[in-house]
Amino acid sequence: MACIGSQGELTESAHKMLSSLARPSTAEDVAERTSLPLFRVRAGLREMMEAKLVEMEQSLYRLTESGRSAGQS
Amino acid sequence: MSSQDASSTPIPSHPAESTPASLPRLGMAAPPFEAVTTHGKIRLEDFRGSWLVLFSHPADFTPVCTTEFIAFAGIASELRRRGVELLGLSIDSPTSHIAWALNIKEKFGIEIPFPIIADSNKEVATLYGMLSPGESKTETSRCVFVIDPDGIVRAMIYYPLTTGRNTDEILRLIDALQTTDKHKVATPANWKPGEKAIVPPPTTLEEAEARLRSGLECTDWYFCKKAL
Repeated sequence: MACIGSQGELTESAHKMLSSLARPSTAEDVAERTSLPLFRVRAGLREMMEAKLVEMEQSLYRLTESGRSAGQS
Repeated sequence: MSSQDASSTPIPSHPAESTPASLPRLGMAAPPFEAVTTHGKIRLEDFRGSWLVLFSHPADFTPVCTTEFIAFAGIASELRRRGVELLGLSIDSPTSHIAWALNIKEKFGIEIPFPIIADSNKEVATLYGMLSPGESKTETSRCVFVIDPDGIVRAMIYYPLTTGRNTDEILRLIDALQTTDKHKVATPANWKPGEKAIVPPPTTLEEAEARLRSGLECTDWYFCKKAL
């Protein structure tokens, strides 16, 4: 369940995670809101951080501008 | 070593070959890794806080492995209920894993809900000592590593290529380990949840004498059981 497909498109689980980040949250919060296993959320958030869709500060993940736009598309 | 000696040393074709075959040890930290899986790139640390059953199989599209995958899929929800995640591994490509998972769904009606590591370069297999060259140099043995929420290796099972594993035993093993952690007890041979557990033997004479008056079910001072 990677978050970014082979052609750069966001997967369903990526959209779920981005939607759950309306406010800064921990990986545990995202897992609870999306009903995804915690390991998938951690791996997915890392992937989206590499893609600069999400950033992390003090264990809280938040959307970047790109992440906000991508989540709405 | 002279420069001539150094130049004649074979250069490994990939990183895994430069790592000596190792075997994790019980009670030690599980070796960290990052691997390509059918669910994207996953690191061992992503499982921190959950129990993990990391298991290897010899190869995709083989009959015994197919029965095992169906069996592992069958206990996935029971494991999840116990806070345990599953992670498979073989020395195959992601494409092969995806095709095999789709084939199992099509032919047997079973969805594989857990990620499978595509360990084409044998990195994780080497790190965990999953290769048994006496059996096969290219296929991983049927290994199971139970890793606890703190990343510690708590149990290991090795089966040969010819023998499919018993998933009831894996569930029983998880139940036993979690019972030990929760109640500070040991579990006797063939123990099942609901049965009495063994109280660790006393380590002093005073404790041994007290144990016999403790109200526990004791056959002797060193052999006491209790209901949980």
